[in-house]
Amino acid sequence: MSQQLINAISLGAVYALIALGYTMVYGVLRLINFAHGEVFMVGSFIGLAALSVFHLPFALAVLVAMVGAALLGAVIERGAYRPLRSAPRLAALITAIGVSLLLQNLGMLILGAAPRAYPPAIDPAPIAWLEERAGVVVTRQQVVILAATAAILAGLSLIVSRTKIGKAMRAVSEDRQAAQLMGINVDRVIAFTFCLGSAIAGAGGVFYGVYYGTADPLMGLMPGIKAFVAAVLGGIGSVPGAMLGALLMGLVETGVSSVTLRVSPSLVLTGSTLRDAVAFAVLIAILLLRPAGLLGRPGREKV
Amino acid sequence: MDSVSDPALLTLESCTVSFGGLIAVDELSLQVRPGELVSLIGPNGAGKTTVFNAITGVYPLARGDIRLEGTPLGGLPPHRVARLGVARTFQNIRLFRGLTVLDNLRAAMHHGSDYDLLRAALRSRRWAATEARLQAKARELLGLFELEGRAEEPAGSLPYGEQRRLEIVRALATGPRLLLLDEPAAGMNPAETQRLMDLIRSLIERFSLTILLIEHDMRLVMGVSDRVVVLNHGREIAAGTPQQIAGDPAVIEAYLGEPTH
Amino acid sequence: MWAHYLPRLVLYVAIGSVLVGLDVGLPRLLNAYLVQILVFVACNIVLATSLNLINGIAGQFSIGHAGFMAIGAYATAWLSTTHGQRLLAPYEGQRLEPLLIVAYLVVLMFLGGLAAALGGLLIGLPSLRLRGDYLAIATLGFGEIIRVLLLNLEPVGGATGLRGIPQYSSLFLVLVAAVVTVAALHNLGNSVHGRSLLAIREDETAAEALGIDCAHYKTSAFVIGAFFAGVAGCLYAHYTQFIHPRSFDFMKSIELVLIVVLGGGNLRSVILAAVAITLLPEGLRLVKGALHLPFDPRMAIYSALLIAAMLVRRERVLQAVLPGRKGGGLRE
Repeated sequence: MSQQLINAISLGAVYALIALGYTMVYGVLRLINFAHGEVFMVGSFIGLAALSVFHLPFALAVLVAMVGAALLGAVIERGAYRPLRSAPRLAALITAIGVSLLLQNLGMLILGAAPRAYPPAIDPAPIAWLEERAGVVVTRQQVVILAATAAILAGLSLIVSRTKIGKAMRAVSEDRQAAQLMGINVDRVIAFTFCLGSAIAGAGGVFYGVYYGTADPLMGLMPGIKAFVAAVLGGIGSVPGAMLGALLMGLVETGVSSVTLRVSPSLVLTGSTLRDAVAFAVLIAILLLRPAGLLGRPGREKV
Repeated sequence: MDSVSDPALLTLESCTVSFGGLIAVDELSLQVRPGELVSLIGPNGAGKTTVFNAITGVYPLARGDIRLEGTPLGGLPPHRVARLGVARTFQNIRLFRGLTVLDNLRAAMHHGSDYDLLRAALRSRRWAATEARLQAKARELLGLFELEGRAEEPAGSLPYGEQRRLEIVRALATGPRLLLLDEPAAGMNPAETQRLMDLIRSLIERFSLTILLIEHDMRLVMGVSDRVVVLNHGREIAAGTPQQIAGDPAVIEAYLGEPTH
Repeated sequence: MWAHYLPRLVLYVAIGSVLVGLDVGLPRLLNAYLVQILVFVACNIVLATSLNLINGIAGQFSIGHAGFMAIGAYATAWLSTTHGQRLLAPYEGQRLEPLLIVAYLVVLMFLGGLAAALGGLLIGLPSLRLRGDYLAIATLGFGEIIRVLLLNLEPVGGATGLRGIPQYSSLFLVLVAAVVTVAALHNLGNSVHGRSLLAIREDETAAEALGIDCAHYKTSAFVIGAFFAGVAGCLYAHYTQFIHPRSFDFMKSIELVLIVVLGGGNLRSVILAAVAITLLPEGLRLVKGALHLPFDPRMAIYSALLIAAMLVRRERVLQAVLPGRKGGGLRE
C-alpha cells in the first residue's frame, strides 16, 4: 500500500509540473493551451540531447531543458496566440490544437516516430536501507524527482506570491482589463506566464524521460491530457488546485493500474488501457458535477 | 387571495432573491393589471434587473410567489415562462448579431410553427405554408417599426438606436401578453427617447400589452407610466402615480440623499 | 400537392440518374483506387456536414465526431459479420441478391445511425451544462473513451481491428447518402428549427427568453449530427471491409473540425472543404513518393493549415462558425 502511494506521488509530481502550466496560462489568458503537452515533449528531448549528446550533468540538463521549453513557449505565445487575443476564445482553442498537432508531427518528421532511449541519468536502483528497514522500494530517481519537484514548486510559489511580476500575474488573472488600466503591461505578463509554465513543463519532460527511460514525439499527448484533467480537477486557474489535482490523478491512475475490470466475458479492461479511459471519465464527471473543480471559484453569468 | 378572480396579470408576492448571502430582492410584492404600464425605478444596484430575471425564470426565488394570471411561474425554466406570454428585452442588447434582422424575428416566432424536424427536412407542404406565414408576419412587424429596409442586414450591423428597437420588435414577435423592457432608452438622445416614448405607448393598445419598464430616464418614466414603483436595496420604498412619486421624500433621498449605512 | 413536390421529384430523379450514370460509368473509367477516394470524399461530406450542424449551426463545439462514426461503423460491421452475411447467404448468386443487399444496407444505415444517435444523446447531455472549451474537452474525452473501449472489445477484434466485413456499400450508395444528408441538413437549416439552433449559437440567454427550449435543441443537434455520422461509419465500414479503432481517433475528429472551420459554417463551402481536405492527402501521398519522405506529412500540413486558417482568414472563417459577439462562445 505504501509502495503504491510512493509510485502515485512520483507520477503525481510529474503531472503537477505539467498541470501548473495549464492552470497559470488559463488564469491569465482563459485559454486551454493544448500545445502544452508538446512543450513538455520538446523539453524532454532537449534534456535527452543535453544528457546523451553533450553529456551534461543532470541538473544542468534540466536547466537547459527549462530554458529551451521557455523559449518555445514564448515563440508559441507570440506567433500563434497573441494575434488572436481579441478573437473569440474558440479560435484560440482551435489554434492551440493546431500548434499541438504541428509540434507532434514536426517531431515525427525530424526525429522519427520510434521512441528513443533516455539515459539513466540518476541511479534507478532502490535505496537499500529503506528497503531493508521499511520494506518499501524507493529509487534514488524517485527521491531526486520528488525533491526537484518540491524545489520547483517552492520557487514558483515564491515568484507568484513575492515578486512584482508574480503580483502582476495574479492581477491579470483577476481582471485583465483592470490590470491594464492600472498600468500593468499585460502582454509582458502573459508572455512571462507562458515562459514560466513552459519551463516547468520542460523540467517535467526531463524527469518523465528519466523515470520511464524513453522519449518519443507523441509522449506529450497522454500526460498532457492527464495533467489538464488534473488542473480541471483542482479547479483550473488555481495553482494549489493544480498540485492537489495532479496528486489525485497520480493516486487514481496508480490505483486503477493494478485493477482488471471484467465488464463481461468479451469486455475485459486491463489496468493499462483502463487508465486512459478513467482519466477521461473523471474529467467528464468533474465537468458535469463540479465544473469549477475542487478549489476553483464558480462563476455566474450576468444577464 | 383567490387567484382565479385575481384581476392582476402579474402578481409578485413577497419575492426574495439572494446570491449566496447577498439579498438582491427583498420581500417584494407587486401587482400589474392588464393594459397597465408600470415602471420600476431606483438607483443602480437596487435590484431592478434581478426582478426581471426572477420573473423570467433566469434566477430562482429564495422565497415568495410569482403568478401570471394565476399561473405560478416559480421554478419554470425561462423558455416556459416565455411561452406563457412573457417577453423581455435586455439592458445590454442581446440580439442574434450574426443573423439577419428578419431571422432575428423568425427565430422569435419559433413556437408559432407547427411542423416537426422531419417535415422540415423533407420540406413538406406544411413547412412551406408555415414559413410563408412567419415571413409575412415578420415583415409586417418590421414595417410597423420602420425596419423594413433592414430585413436582410445582419442585426449586429444596425445603428445602436435601431438595435434597441429591433430588440423590442423581436420580443413582440413572440406574441406576449406581458412585455418587460430593461432600460430601452439607454444611450439614446432626447429626440430618440421621445420617439421611443410614443412607440411604447402605442404598443399597449396595438398589441393589447401590459408593460413593466425599467428606466433611468425620468422624463420617459414620468411621461409613459401609469404607476411607478421605486426600489432601493432590493426593497420597495415608494409606489404610486408619477406625480406622487416625484414629490416623495424617500425617493428623493434614495437618489440624492446620504446613504444611511 | 403535386405542385409542391413535383419540381423536387424531377430534381431528385435527375440527380439519381446522374449518380447511376456515375456508378455504372466510373468504375469503368477509374481504377479501384480512384473509386475508393471518391467514396472517402462522399463519407467525409456526410461527416463534415453533420458536424457542421453541431459546431457551425448550433455552435456547440464538438471535437469527438469520429467517436460517433466509430459507433456506427462498429455496430453495423458487427451485425454484418455475425448475422447479416448469414442472412443473405441463401440468396447468393440469385437475381434478387443486389436488391436485397441494398435493402439490407439501408436498414443497416438506420441502425448504425440510431446507435450513434444514442451516443449523441449521451454527449448531448453534458452540452446542457458545459460551454465553449469545456464542452470541447468533454467531447474529446467521449471520443477517446469510445476508442479505448473498442480497443478492448474482443468480439469486434479489439486491438487487431475487425476484418472480413462484406463489401455491401458502393460508390453509388455513398453518393446517394451524401446527397440525402446534404439535402436534409440544408432544409433543416432553413426552418424554424434551424433558426432556433442559430439563435442558440448567437446568444443562449436571449434564445431561451424567446421561448426556445435550448436544452432540447442542443441535445437534438447532437443526436441528429451523430445519426448522420453513424450512417457514414456504416458506409465506410462496408466499403473498406476492415476497421480499426485507429481509424476513428482524435486525428479524424480534428480533420472534420478542420473541414468545418475552413468551410466557415456555410454548407456549400463545407462540402468544398470536405472534397479538398480528402483529396489533399492523396496528392501529398504522391509528393511523399516523389520526395522519398520517410513519413506521411499529412498531419503536419493539416495542423499548419488549421493555424493558418485561424490567423489569416479568421474574420471570414469564424463569422459563420463562431458567435458574432466577441468571445461570445464563452462568457464568464
